[in-house]
Amino acid sequence: MKAFSLCLGGLLAAMFAASGALAQQAVKLGLILPYSGQFADTATQMDNAIKLYVKQHGDSAGGRKIEIIRKDSGGIAPDVAKRLAQELVVRDRVDVLTGLILTPNALAVGDVSAEAKKFTVIMNAATSIITTKSPYMARTSVTTPMLNESLGMWAAKTGVKRVFTMVSDFGPAHDAEEGFIRAFKEAGGQVVGSVRFPVANPDFAAFVQRAKDSNPDGIYAWVPGGVQPAAIGKALSERGIDTKKFRVMGQGELTSDEALQSLGENALGIITVFHYDHNLGNKLNRAFVQAYNADYKRNPDLFSIGGWDGMHLIYEVLKKTGGKTDGEAMIGAAKGMKWESPRGPMMIDPQTRDVVQDVYIRRVERVGGKLVNVDFDKVRNVKDPVKARMK
Amino acid sequence: MAAVLPPQAAPHEFLRARTRWHPLEIVFWLSTLLPFVVVPEYLQLASQIAIAALFAISLDLILGYAGIVSIGHAAYFGLGAYTAGILSKHGIGEPVVLLVLGAIVAGVVGYASSFIIARFRHLALIMITLGICLMFYEAANLAGWLTGGADGLQGIKIGPLAGTFKFDLYGKTAYSYSLIVLFLCFLLARRLTHSPFGLSLRGIRENAVRMPAIGAPSDAHIRKVYTIAAAIAGIAGAVLAQTTSTVSLEVLGFQRSADVLVMLIMGGAGKLYGGILGSIVYMVARDQFSGINPQYWYFWIGLMMVLVVMYLPNGLLGGLEKLTARWRRSPT
Repeated sequence: MKAFSLCLGGLLAAMFAASGALAQQAVKLGLILPYSGQFADTATQMDNAIKLYVKQHGDSAGGRKIEIIRKDSGGIAPDVAKRLAQELVVRDRVDVLTGLILTPNALAVGDVSAEAKKFTVIMNAATSIITTKSPYMARTSVTTPMLNESLGMWAAKTGVKRVFTMVSDFGPAHDAEEGFIRAFKEAGGQVVGSVRFPVANPDFAAFVQRAKDSNPDGIYAWVPGGVQPAAIGKALSERGIDTKKFRVMGQGELTSDEALQSLGENALGIITVFHYDHNLGNKLNRAFVQAYNADYKRNPDLFSIGGWDGMHLIYEVLKKTGGKTDGEAMIGAAKGMKWESPRGPMMIDPQTRDVVQDVYIRRVERVGGKLVNVDFDKVRNVKDPVKARMK
Repeated sequence: MAAVLPPQAAPHEFLRARTRWHPLEIVFWLSTLLPFVVVPEYLQLASQIAIAALFAISLDLILGYAGIVSIGHAAYFGLGAYTAGILSKHGIGEPVVLLVLGAIVAGVVGYASSFIIARFRHLALIMITLGICLMFYEAANLAGWLTGGADGLQGIKIGPLAGTFKFDLYGKTAYSYSLIVLFLCFLLARRLTHSPFGLSLRGIRENAVRMPAIGAPSDAHIRKVYTIAAAIAGIAGAVLAQTTSTVSLEVLGFQRSADVLVMLIMGGAGKLYGGILGSIVYMVARDQFSGINPQYWYFWIGLMMVLVVMYLPNGLLGGLEKLTARWRRSPT
């Protein structure tokens, strides 16, 4: 064992010497995404944005060329993601680990990031605790509590007193519900009832009726995408709940573009909270959406913006370190970094290495014949509330 | 690989001939040490191949030998993984102890469900095994306080192996450990399948109704082998949990059950080495194809599966055996 670690030490020393001598060697990014399986489309959207960023900003930063090595984690598979990360480190000798759409995979890669001291950028996975797994991790997406606690607070402040919550019975929905209720209560609101329904629930009529019976002045709903937003919209309208007059609230996915198509008229007036939408009116975003559409014939979404800002962070960090790629230098440069993104002002929190950003409150309206999420209010500079409470 | 003896030889003579080690087997096991020297940067993959091979052997015992079709074998793999993961969180860090506990839990559950398994054959078994696996998946999903739910189990703390060898980034310890466990379990499975018990399992596969008529109780044998297979699957799961320090719902997922079935059928069911060969080919192919084309590599896997089933109905190992038989015959 001793001989082995000596060898390893020698090897590492040789590596460092080599990296000094070959300053022009490429910086390698290990990109771990679920390219195959049921989450493949999320990977496509993120990869598109990454390609677009490289196309617009060139393939070098901080005086060094950037090389991306893509690996497929194939859905939720932390053991595979972890092995890929280990192989990227020991075989491909990457300098940065990134991508990471799914929480279990991101958590598993956290161990590798910490042990190998590799700068790691989470471009999507939204569970709060991920960034605590490694001191070399930063995140450019969002956290679930960030969105839902903002919404809870905002709801209570804008006149909702009694809320009924209805969410799917699985992890991400529980986190969202918990965040919303906590902030809503803290701001003086009252939760008059809560239900959790099975994840693959086709009919919401009974649950909506229960909500109605408890006489709330707002409903908070969280369902996964697919056919469910339409089903819940149908149940609401059948039970005579007019979303234009009555406050129905949720997280952005409830009224995503696909959901809006299936929801139709029933979507009008639904209020959601999100950190990005391709309809945001600022100049940077308009240019981003236009370029994205030109190359990929579709609109960017939350995965795209996470990938875009993740690449931006990596490029800016390399510029700041002058091409140095050791974990300490890179995370040091990332801490406190600020930039203007298509989604608005962004910052990496120097304490938690998590993202700090504005979150938008949007309402579904008909604009030019199409249903869109129109942002009409925002909560500024939101930090991840869970980690803020940890201290 | 089996030596064919004239039928008049005494049965114990026949069995003894089968248990003899073929030189090729020795060469094979020695060559499993090659990755340490030849591809030291692939040890992590080698370790996961060894785990997959162990899992395939466990499925082979029930599917290949006893003819029990299962597409829910991940239930026991997952139980072993969760047992090892959860107990390590609560202070039991010694890998070997965790391994034994994982095997016991999976074995006990396997024994309990074997009473149902022994009553059915064929298509009904597909539904039952899948159903059992789905039940465990949902239970683990619901028991978020225990299993971490959809986020996966957090806080797994695995101690160093034998108090000395830490599970390192290169996978040196991981592969050594997985390989030793694989070999020991293989010895057990080999002994089992070459015993009279193993022979009666094959009898059950061919005709389950007839076996009791010649004095071999089918149900009791099925319960026994199912319990053993479940325990081995639990060991495979525990090793995965330990070598990767991760456990998530996916260890109980349908994909895992399906993958192991594919590996076994591709390698050749009912031959022990078939499962091992299948997992090597499948996992290496997956790694290489997905490295070349991360988006559409399933196409090549699919093509490979179709070709193997079309041209090698007895799996890769069956094909190899045919080839060597032909080669042996041709000079004469």
